[in-house]
Amino acid sequence: MKLGIPKEIHPGEKRVATTPDVAEKIIKLGFEVNIESGAGLESNFSDETYKEVGCTIRKNAKTLWKNSDIILKVRPPEIHPELAIDETQLLSKGKHLISFIWPAQNDDLMQQLAAKEATVLAMDSVPRISRSQKLDALSSMANIAGYRAVIEAAQHFGRFFTGQITAAGKVPPAKVLVIGAGVAGLAAIGAAKSMGAIVRAFDTRPEVKEQIESMDAEFLMLDFKEDGSGAGGYAKTMSKEFIEAEMALFAQQAMEVDIIITTALIPGKPAPKLITEGMLETMKPGSVVVDLAAEQGGNCALTEKNKVVVKHGVTLIGYTDLPSRLAAQSSQLYATNLRHLLTELCPNKDGIIDVNMDDEVIRGTTVIKEGKITWPPPPPTLSASPSPQTETPAVATTEVEENKSIIPEPVKQLLPLLIIGGALFSLGSVAPASFMSHFTVFVLACFIGYQVIWNVSASLHTPLMSVTNAISGIIIIGAVVQISAPGFFITLLSGLAILIASINIAGGFLVTRRMLEMFRK
Amino acid sequence: MMSQGLVTMSYVAASILFILSLSGLSDQETARKGNYYGMAGMAIAIIATILSDSVNSYVVLIIALMIGGFIGTKAAIKVEMTQMPELVALMHSLVGMAAILVGYANFSDSSNGLEGVEKTIHEVEIYIGIFIGAVTFSGSVIAFGKLCGKIDGKPVLLPGRHFLNLALLIATIWLGNTFLSGAEVGGGTFSLIIMTLIALAFGVHMVMAIGGADMPVVVSMLNSYSGWAAAATGFMLSNDLLIVTGALVGSSGAILSYIMCRAMNRNFLSVIAGGFGSSSGEAAAVEGDIAPIDIEETAKLLSEAKNIMIIPGYGMAVAQAQHTVNGITKLLRAKDKNVRFAIHPVAGRMPGHMNVLLAEAKVPYDIVYEMDEINEDFPNIDVSIVIGANDIVNPSALDDPNSPIAGMPVIECWKSATTIVLKRSMAAGYAGVGNPLFVHENTRMLFGDANDSMQAVLKALNT
Repeated sequence: MKLGIPKEIHPGEKRVATTPDVAEKIIKLGFEVNIESGAGLESNFSDETYKEVGCTIRKNAKTLWKNSDIILKVRPPEIHPELAIDETQLLSKGKHLISFIWPAQNDDLMQQLAAKEATVLAMDSVPRISRSQKLDALSSMANIAGYRAVIEAAQHFGRFFTGQITAAGKVPPAKVLVIGAGVAGLAAIGAAKSMGAIVRAFDTRPEVKEQIESMDAEFLMLDFKEDGSGAGGYAKTMSKEFIEAEMALFAQQAMEVDIIITTALIPGKPAPKLITEGMLETMKPGSVVVDLAAEQGGNCALTEKNKVVVKHGVTLIGYTDLPSRLAAQSSQLYATNLRHLLTELCPNKDGIIDVNMDDEVIRGTTVIKEGKITWPPPPPTLSASPSPQTETPAVATTEVEENKSIIPEPVKQLLPLLIIGGALFSLGSVAPASFMSHFTVFVLACFIGYQVIWNVSASLHTPLMSVTNAISGIIIIGAVVQISAPGFFITLLSGLAILIASINIAGGFLVTRRMLEMFRK
Repeated sequence: MMSQGLVTMSYVAASILFILSLSGLSDQETARKGNYYGMAGMAIAIIATILSDSVNSYVVLIIALMIGGFIGTKAAIKVEMTQMPELVALMHSLVGMAAILVGYANFSDSSNGLEGVEKTIHEVEIYIGIFIGAVTFSGSVIAFGKLCGKIDGKPVLLPGRHFLNLALLIATIWLGNTFLSGAEVGGGTFSLIIMTLIALAFGVHMVMAIGGADMPVVVSMLNSYSGWAAAATGFMLSNDLLIVTGALVGSSGAILSYIMCRAMNRNFLSVIAGGFGSSSGEAAAVEGDIAPIDIEETAKLLSEAKNIMIIPGYGMAVAQAQHTVNGITKLLRAKDKNVRFAIHPVAGRMPGHMNVLLAEAKVPYDIVYEMDEINEDFPNIDVSIVIGANDIVNPSALDDPNSPIAGMPVIECWKSATTIVLKRSMAAGYAGVGNPLFVHENTRMLFGDANDSMQAVLKALNT
């Protein structure tokens, strides 16, 4: 089948859906790749580089859409500025479109696409299960956004990130607060940390504490018990009390930090307002706020979408196209996500895709199947964590036995002692003196053994076993003292016993020696 | 000919030498000396006994000694280090067999002239000695079979096996009673033989029910039994040297079993009760993608890394890869890289198995660390290489309370920057438990025979 990659038409969009590297791998899957002339220019990929790996260059969008069965795009279809028609009009029956769609927000677009009887796969609807991580474009874009947010902040921040002591005086390190430790937040933490800043982070989901700390950032604890984990690894809306406590924390932090990066988003809702105008006023002049939630209205009250504004001496960055500002990198990652999706769609590597609605990943990603709207998908049945398995029979039986025990705990602990004591007492009361002297030797030897063996180093456990093995060949003494007793039978048995025991002694000591010779520094 | 006093003195000397021998093993530096102490003790004990008044059948004795010694020496020279667990299990069975033979010989010898309670106690001692000997013998034979693959390593669980064990025990006690009353009138041989058969069945049943992953416990447990068998024989013959030595070996084996159980976070009784390691197809559903890696990438990763940790498992023993691993280690160390080994206490099929293999390959023992010493270092490790290990590096032991190996301390290799796992295929480990490590995002799988892969890596590193 023929793939087509049009030039992105959204103003300021620099990304492209496929890079030459990835195109080469896609061609190996059996597809033909068409690309609109100049599609990769903004991401620094020339037409020639695509041509070299075997792509066909199409002069304009119209011929490209006409000659392709599957269209790979970044942004959802919109009015084409040169052709003055909507891109959806270029799509025809039976064709496939793979791009970001945002079906929840773009109802009209969905209807138009459905009317075209095409099949549409939305990269924003990839289900969040572990198998589909490699095609999760949201995560790969968020990662870039987080990194770029720090770079943008650095550009507008008038100081170093890292602390330095120079001949010209001491430079304090910048303090960065990251709110929301999702993929973007963690990427921002990593970037800011590697530039030398002091990084603090906050999230309503307590389980990300470890992740934050693993990035060497400080997790700001809220002294409040409420779990903010919602479905699919996203956060949910918190209670009023929680939000108040949270705001108090932000207000206090705003006075201390130099840079705030907010990434708080709740799926399907406007972004929560976390940084109020009052907090901005208390921030040091020259501070920077990067609002990654600007698309959904912003986490900061005064953010203006797609703009950089200065309010109360604080620079507010509201860019929504951060991944596009790192076009080569994000094209590369997005193209790889698409390639993985194509690999899933085309398991036979014969260039024919099969939108298999029984496959959970493909089912979730497909939002329109041959003109029928299939969004939203049924909830995922598999979870990212291993499902609890049935216990093995052995574990089950031991547990049942434990439950059966009706003896109370203190009695249980004392019972062995009592039994041993009782046994010793009854033994002592009947046994003759000769036995008791042997018994004394036995008990003392057990204790010596106990004391000595604990000191044996773990690496010598195998030699220990073979040497004790050899020593237990001492049983030969028993056979030797009996071999001279009258009777052929006894002599035979003892002779055999001597034979076997001496195998043990010779074998045990020699193999131990062989092993120990090998232990060298 | 030596007087009784001299013989006893020799026995005391031998006992002390044995204790010195075991304490010598506490450290690599003194271990060799310890082994020689053991040899000296054994030689003194045997010579003193032979020279004592009670022995005069020298011909049979010397012939038996020569043959046995010859076979033992042969075996010790020929055995491969990877086969040590089998050899040790086999030798335990010999001690068990010897205990049975000595027991029967002693029972047939009516010339001891004991009377009353002493006679009864003596007969009880014979009975117990033969019982322990028989259990040790048949249990060790089965363990040997399992270790060398002649018997399927999976646990064989008979229905109602705990009741079966209980029934066998009760039968043994009842037979003991009939044996004692029979022995009063010079009989009891029949009861003794039946009891021996029951004890043999008991040993077979006990070890059959234990899975391959628990073999380190079984081997050390049988080691302990062989000691108790010797001690019981000592009681039977009123010989303090046998008692002391048997008790030393017995407690040594018991402590080893305890250490092994602790290393697996398992109760000793539940290991003995068996059933662990039943790969009955209920492996944990591990979700995710496996990221394979090839030889060149592995070599590249290694040559870029600074801190490298190697985690060997039973698979390294099977593939005989220890020499190749040492080759790689030498090469990397020559390039000034910090290469170390992390050993899990139950890696392999017997206690300390991995250390012996690495020592055989001449890996310097000061770069070989125990799990507890090294686990905290993993966040600083660039590359860890897991060679043929599975359960001992399974993160679900720590974070999945439903896992059959939950709570077992494991080597936390997933904390290193990259983990390379060498594995023949994607089969589950001996315990039949799925391993999330293999789908961990930092894990790369290198499929193929461990030795072939390591050799290819060595070649790639050399070029």
